[in-house]
Amino acid sequence: MTGAAPSPQFKRRAQAALADAELQRALRIVEVNFIARRSEAVERLPEFEALRDAARDIKNHTLTHLDLYLEEYERRVTEQGGQVHYAVTAEDARQIILDICRRLRANIATKGKTMVGEEIGLNEFLANFAVTPVETDLGEYIVQLRHEQPSHIIAPAVHLTKAQIAADFRRAHRHLPPERDLAEPEALLSEARAVLREKFLAADIGITGANFLVAETGTAIIVTNEGNGDLTQTLPKAHIVLASIEKLVPTLEDAAQLLRVLARSATGQEMAVYTTLATGPRRADDPDGPAEYHVVILDNGRSAMLGSPLRDMLRCIRCGACLNHCPVYHAVGGHAYGSVYPGPMGAVLTPSLIGIDKAAELPNASTFCGRCEDVCPVRIPLPRLMRFWREREFEQHLSPAGVRAGLRTWAFFAKRPRLYGLATGIAAPVLALIGRWRGRFRWLPLAGGWTRHRDFPSPQGATFQARWKRR
Amino acid sequence: MSARDAIFRSIRNSLGVSGHEAPRIKAVADRLSEHPSGVLPRRGQLPAKERVALFMSMVEAAAGSVAPVDAIADVPAAVGAFLRQHDLPLAVRCGADAVLAAAPWAHEAALQVTTGPSDGRQLAAVSRAFAGVAETGTVVLTSGADNPTTLNFLPDNHIVVIEAKHIAGDYETVFARLRRTYGAGRLPRAVNLITGPSRSADIEQTLILGAHGPRRLHVIVVGKPGSRAGTRRPAAPR
Repeated sequence: MTGAAPSPQFKRRAQAALADAELQRALRIVEVNFIARRSEAVERLPEFEALRDAARDIKNHTLTHLDLYLEEYERRVTEQGGQVHYAVTAEDARQIILDICRRLRANIATKGKTMVGEEIGLNEFLANFAVTPVETDLGEYIVQLRHEQPSHIIAPAVHLTKAQIAADFRRAHRHLPPERDLAEPEALLSEARAVLREKFLAADIGITGANFLVAETGTAIIVTNEGNGDLTQTLPKAHIVLASIEKLVPTLEDAAQLLRVLARSATGQEMAVYTTLATGPRRADDPDGPAEYHVVILDNGRSAMLGSPLRDMLRCIRCGACLNHCPVYHAVGGHAYGSVYPGPMGAVLTPSLIGIDKAAELPNASTFCGRCEDVCPVRIPLPRLMRFWREREFEQHLSPAGVRAGLRTWAFFAKRPRLYGLATGIAAPVLALIGRWRGRFRWLPLAGGWTRHRDFPSPQGATFQARWKRR
Repeated sequence: MSARDAIFRSIRNSLGVSGHEAPRIKAVADRLSEHPSGVLPRRGQLPAKERVALFMSMVEAAAGSVAPVDAIADVPAAVGAFLRQHDLPLAVRCGADAVLAAAPWAHEAALQVTTGPSDGRQLAAVSRAFAGVAETGTVVLTSGADNPTTLNFLPDNHIVVIEAKHIAGDYETVFARLRRTYGAGRLPRAVNLITGPSRSADIEQTLILGAHGPRRLHVIVVGKPGSRAGTRRPAAPR
């Protein structure tokens, strides 16, 4: 099943991505750096595999008791003077946030990195109502300047080269001398730091996501390296935490187990620079911190996933390891997926959020090599869940006619083992004979989609079944 | 039906529960009150002296710097030495922390010490950590008038004073102390676990220090591990 059934949309984007030399150069860095750093971090911690089991079990336990932990969490937040808001849909969440902004007459809202914020399209919405959202994570800031979506859940601008970013800064920061030197990443970072420092100090509202919500204490935990999330939540009048229901964990100890696998899986760090536990608004004697503390809890289809085979996906802690290890992601980058969540985790999550009829291409954008599951810190069976969606797609007759015909042909032979053996017994030696000189094919009839970007290996002679029989 | 009710109903439908099942309620109550620890890496489970040594090497591995001193009385000189080493003005801001306030700042005559939160105009701040974690070289700071949170993020240089006796092997030991200090189920507004100075790798995966938070994190470790030197009375100012 070569390149089974991607819709024209994914196919078109993927082809454009493969032809984009700058993107390909940027993507090579993902493949080399992230994989090596994770594996070094894992080697340094002998307990890593045991921690993955613990992380999986904590998430499973929390999900099966989610209603009760959510009640406890809400009780604790309220007790500390914070306010919990519930949003069934993305639209509800946007409206709740806008209402808070309006009540506080907010002009500028700084934002820490939040994938849920991307999911609900918060920036565009706020901007329509005269609240200027300012992304403060460097990568998010860059993609905001470009009016793009992040291409990676933890490295939003990973698809860009420094020259592209320098051009964006020249375009956006017109108050700075045009002849300034922006050749090196250090210069770009200093410039962004100075520009954003003004925004931090001017912001009326700070919006962050949450990596974890702790039921025991009513705490939102964010994990960052830059410190932008902390300035976002500490300086303005109000802090809004935007988080989906599955971020809950029972206790601080449970959070610590998950933190031990999060940074190592994501960036290969022992621990991210800033792990911040935020609980409620400024206290009576506090000289700093927000006067108001709001939590917007978003469902957006997740409570329904809880009762389906997709429940496993709700363990996801958004580390990005599955993207970093995915050969399809390495080849085409995050934007080809056309959804907020790219890579294997997105291929499972996106159809749950927007419907398989609108996202059928995504679970097909996988070779099923299984590396994503091998590295997932909470052991989500990603290939199995992608297969679940492929089956729904086939059942609902969403697959393209060519694929359905191909599958039917294959099934015809597969259900007739003798005929299958005969057909492959003829095809394999013939192909081996034709391909024996190079050992591979640069072109095959009916397989142009495959051979346009890579060679097809020629068979070695006998079929697997024939060789198995001879053992 | 409110959004809250709709979400709870949908969760309970999916789980096939009512929310009133006694065994589930007990399982949750037990976990919250017992907060089991799970897997603790052996790395940090060390005697005091080795634990502090691991803490210091992990801070350095995270691109922080470390200065061990014998007593709180030595902190002003260590702060001055750090500022001079980096050609910084001899001025720091700190909170109302009593231990820091008791240090003999007058011994560093040229050093200007102001108190209060940061408004972004200070180049260096001094905070006193609630605890440290040897496993990853992490300092744990708690918000409040003693150590305002803005000091951790706005100044370019963050100097953190930590007493050796407060350096734990793992996060869990620190959580237990937080519960003893603030009460079960309660935390100060912000608990900051900080591991090295601010950084970003968002441009071509090139790691650069000093993204939005401090470019430098300097940790002054006070006292010999296992001794009570960390609480020794400061030398009387002349």
